[in-house]
Amino acid sequence: MTTTTLQRMRGSTWLPFARRRAVRFLTSLWVLVTAAFLMIHLIPGDPVRESLGLAAPPDLVAARRAALGLDDPLLVQYWHYLSGLFRGEFGTSLVSGTPVATLIGDRLPATVQLAVLAFLVVVVVAVPVGVLMAVLTKGGRRRGGELAFTSSSVVLAAIPEFLLAVGLVSLLAVQLNLFPVAGNDAPGSWVLPVLALAIGPAAVLARIVRVELLAVLGNDFVRTARAKRLPARLVYLRHALPNAVTATLTLGGMMLAAMVAGTVLVENVFAWPGLGSTIVGSIQQKDYPAVQGIVLVYGAGVLLVNLVVDVVLGLLDPRSTIREA
Amino acid sequence: MRPTTGRLAVLRSPVGASSAVLLVVLVALAVFAPILWGDRAAAIDTDSLQQGPSADHLLGTDQLGRDIFYRVLVATRLTIGLALLATVIGVVTGLVLGSIPSVLPRWAARIVTSAVNIAVAFPGLLLALFFAVIFGTGTIGAVLAIAFAITPSFARLTQTLTASVSGRDFIAAARVCGVGRFRLLTRHVLPNIAEPLVINATLAAGSALTAFAGLSFLGIGVQAPSYDWGRLLGEGLNRIYITPAPALGPAVAVVLAGLAFNLFGEAAASVHRNQQRGKATAPHEPVEDRSEGGLLTVRNLHVTFPGGIRPVRGVSFTVHNGEMIGVVGESGSGKSLTALAVSRLIEHPGRVTADRLEFNGKPVQKTQDRELGTQLAMVFQDPTTSFNPTRRIGGQLAEVSEVHQGLRRRAALGKAVDRLEAVRIPEPERRAKQYPHEFSGGMRQRAMIAMGLMGEPQLVIADEPTTALDVTVQREVLKLLARIRKDRDAAVLLISHDITVVAQTCDRVLVMYAGRIVEELPTDELFTAARHPYTTALLKAVPDLDTDRDAPLAVIPGRPPEPGEIRQGCPFAPRCPLADDQCRTQEPELETFGENHRVACWKSESELAGVR
Amino acid sequence: MSELDFRNVTVRFGHHTAVDDVSLTVPAGQVVGLVGESGSGKSTLAATAVGLVKPTEGEVRADGKVQMVFQDPYSSLDPRMSIGNSIAEAMPRGTNKKAEVARLLELVNLDPGRASSLPARLSGGQRQRVALARALAGDPRVVIADEITSALDVSVQGAVLNLVRDLQRQLGLSMLFISHNLAVVRYVSDRVAVMKTGRIVEEGPAAQVLADPRHEYTRELLAAAPRRHTRLEVS
Ligand SMILES: Nc1ncnc2c1ncn2[C@@H]1O[C@H](COP(=O)(O)OP(=O)(O)O)[C@@H](O)[C@H]1O
Ligand code: SF4
Ligand SMILES: [Mg+2]
Repeated sequence: MTTTTLQRMRGSTWLPFARRRAVRFLTSLWVLVTAAFLMIHLIPGDPVRESLGLAAPPDLVAARRAALGLDDPLLVQYWHYLSGLFRGEFGTSLVSGTPVATLIGDRLPATVQLAVLAFLVVVVVAVPVGVLMAVLTKGGRRRGGELAFTSSSVVLAAIPEFLLAVGLVSLLAVQLNLFPVAGNDAPGSWVLPVLALAIGPAAVLARIVRVELLAVLGNDFVRTARAKRLPARLVYLRHALPNAVTATLTLGGMMLAAMVAGTVLVENVFAWPGLGSTIVGSIQQKDYPAVQGIVLVYGAGVLLVNLVVDVVLGLLDPRSTIREA
Repeated sequence: MRPTTGRLAVLRSPVGASSAVLLVVLVALAVFAPILWGDRAAAIDTDSLQQGPSADHLLGTDQLGRDIFYRVLVATRLTIGLALLATVIGVVTGLVLGSIPSVLPRWAARIVTSAVNIAVAFPGLLLALFFAVIFGTGTIGAVLAIAFAITPSFARLTQTLTASVSGRDFIAAARVCGVGRFRLLTRHVLPNIAEPLVINATLAAGSALTAFAGLSFLGIGVQAPSYDWGRLLGEGLNRIYITPAPALGPAVAVVLAGLAFNLFGEAAASVHRNQQRGKATAPHEPVEDRSEGGLLTVRNLHVTFPGGIRPVRGVSFTVHNGEMIGVVGESGSGKSLTALAVSRLIEHPGRVTADRLEFNGKPVQKTQDRELGTQLAMVFQDPTTSFNPTRRIGGQLAEVSEVHQGLRRRAALGKAVDRLEAVRIPEPERRAKQYPHEFSGGMRQRAMIAMGLMGEPQLVIADEPTTALDVTVQREVLKLLARIRKDRDAAVLLISHDITVVAQTCDRVLVMYAGRIVEELPTDELFTAARHPYTTALLKAVPDLDTDRDAPLAVIPGRPPEPGEIRQGCPFAPRCPLADDQCRTQEPELETFGENHRVACWKSESELAGVR
Repeated sequence: MSELDFRNVTVRFGHHTAVDDVSLTVPAGQVVGLVGESGSGKSTLAATAVGLVKPTEGEVRADGKVQMVFQDPYSSLDPRMSIGNSIAEAMPRGTNKKAEVARLLELVNLDPGRASSLPARLSGGQRQRVALARALAGDPRVVIADEITSALDVSVQGAVLNLVRDLQRQLGLSMLFISHNLAVVRYVSDRVAVMKTGRIVEEGPAAQVLADPRHEYTRELLAAAPRRHTRLEVS
């Protein structure tokens, strides 16, 4: 870094902002890791007994407990857990005996691809639609169009993604035979899961973009821009839209996080070979180390999304770096 | 906004009414379906296993030959019941977590708040899965999992709402009066946030319902032999390739029920947001006008809003080249709308009509953007909000020249720096690169004026340019306006609620009341020859540094009318000591009264009306 | 004897010093006007007197109760509580609240029959009268008025100022009257204090401070205050 950049950084609000965000990220991560660790210990009864079933011979249970280190004092276990995480170890599956890290490594890519692709679809569709609707319905114009847009977006957003998935499967895959029913082998098999995941959030985001943009259009500085007689294009895209970004991005980040979780259900409908189908199986089989590891990965993914959103916000809106955490 | 009309108004909107009907049907089903059809739903029929839909079985049968249609109906009770139970637990926990920080000691409050802030970052479904692992699969586990998944967002909502109410002065006032923390919470805070909380609880019930269906569908919610819609759906999904009805039936049920909650919540929320509208006033009749015009010619200007609201009612005035004219009047008298209307900035749904509205001899409606953008400068009241916070000051000035004068970016920025210097902003080059929040209020207002100077302004319209500023800064800004007028021979239309400010700076004053000009006169006659009872009362009611401290201030009884309240007669009549029957039935027109002096008052000739 | 006494009061918020070593006395039965620009620390100083803010250093002494009236009458009354209840809430236990509310409403020239109205039904000037009545309900010796006319229409401001003066004289109240408007402060105050960036730069009898200001900043304020019969000179 050159001295000039350093000086600029020092003089600006960026450094304290970055520090605050980093502290918040690390705290949240620590809370997440601790919660994942405690998860096993909060389960009423003996997790190994639960997992192996009541019929399991006591010495097998004892051996498993010892292997998992469950007989050590809690703080020692916590230490082992933390140091394991630093080495990239997530423990061993109770069911298959394979390392959880391997399991996650196998399954994570499919989930990430699905979530990211769906999110891109959401942004590409929802932002232009929201902007267009804001411009068209500004100042109480086109009441009918506004009503149709708002109610259809409420309806679409109210349908949970897994039901949408079921509907899409039965209509487009089973009845019309347009796309595969399950799996992720053929390119066509991406269409339905992505749609199922994207439609609801796209409806929500479009509505948010519209509402936020309308709110921004009521601001004094938009009147200033109009008083300068700038062409409408500049008023909307240069002055209004960037100011609608803060709220949109904040909510968009929460939505992306929710979509990460939404993959769990959608993967189960489409037998998508990702983390989502794995975690449900693991919960049912009481494979706690696997559940623990996957929850950790999902949680870390969510935190990462939030961090990225904050940083992007800081870049786009200079005021957000001075706003209190 | 009238909070009391909100509650039943929900039912008056079509969406609200239909979702309410849907909710009633759901509750009825939840209560009666198990009583009416419980047996049929449980009846095992080994002769018809796994059948598709038929007249006997509308949605087919399951692997034990039970009728799926009746099972869906009967499952309403468990589905709705569990969703509501989870919602209630989640909302109450959230409410407690969200509101106790205000009664806890500071360190404990901080812990609770940051715990909620961390938890709220995680999506509900992830929290539900986490808790499902801890509480175990099954009905109780799922209820608690979903309840605790709702909790953080509700706690956060409660915190945000509480914080917004706590910042208001009535809370501080109650504290000063010695009201305790607990009573503060129950009597002042909670009643003021109840409405949004209830609306959000309704929305939360909708998502609890679908989340529950999701968990049951995944096999970690309701366990056999109990069944809810989610489980029926999961069972139906296995056969979806053969027959879709067993899966679609419960799916439709979940969607409809979820929608009922969501739509009802949304309808209630939009009623909560909406404001009330006003009533009609008299129409506007065009009048023939042949009078001589000036730089800005305004004849019989009206501004109307839907619902017959007419805040500007027949305003006429002329601004000549190089003149400085003041407009005074109380808030709501229509000063700002007049300014916006003459500069073509009123937006839909506002409507502007005028017999004549001309700038530089051309109708404003037909004037090109380039001309208005360079020759007419606007300065607004609040310099803090009038700049785009996300762009640098220099760029915001420069774009005027880029768009209207064809300057390149670099040249335009150079001109912006030059203009910032012209309004005496120190270090203009560095300042041009800064964002608005890095400027002080007075400096921002100078920059706003500099923005007007990017073109060659012939008229500067300044709407309360100093109201948000301190007196010392106010004087600097007023001087700057006066200097622009002197150096560039630009006319200035200065709007202010402060008659002293206008008296100090302007050549002529227009006094506005209830959307009309009630008096126009030269400033140097203001204190000696004003004739309208409102003008003279205003002069006496406002103290200045020479007011007699031992006499009570003159008062004007009552208050100015809102645009919707204006009826027939002189709008000042209810407050006027001279009002008689004519005043109460006929509105006086603005009549010429000697040279350069116009008054709208039936009694303008009366001795009492003038300043003694 | 003094009713309200600020002794070397300092208030810091983080690194920012809002009030810097202020000592100020409000003598019994007198009105002290406090002028200064926005952000100079006037409201923070007032808040220390009623316990809304704790001084970082120094102390505030009061003989008897202190009450406060706020700037914005649209935000200082609970919109969900009738004005009668708002006033009654401030009364000590065991008062005959109904009669007291009626008496106070009458005192501030409002119809006692309106006790059950919600604030939404009142105009700004009427609300500010209710706020005054509420402050008086606590039977204070000292009343702090923080910019109480700034949010009002000019035609309504005069009536509130008259009321403040009448009540102060009638009840023998001591008062700290805060405003950025010199003319208003001059009209109601016996003494005037001038505040700048957290410090009191000048204090004295109103007539003397306004006619013969000692501090440079006071002179600047006086010069900047708009006057009716002096035109603004352009250099
Ligand atoms: N968009 C609008 N819809 C309805 N009424 C409005 C609108 N904008 C302003 N008004 C009303 O018009 C009246 C005049 O407003 P304004 O010109 O801002 O007055 P002033 O500038 O003199 O304070 C106010 O009573 C206000 O409520
Ligand atoms: S017309 Fe009548 S009511 Fe109106 S100001 Fe003149 S005297 Fe008063
Ligand atoms: Mg205005």
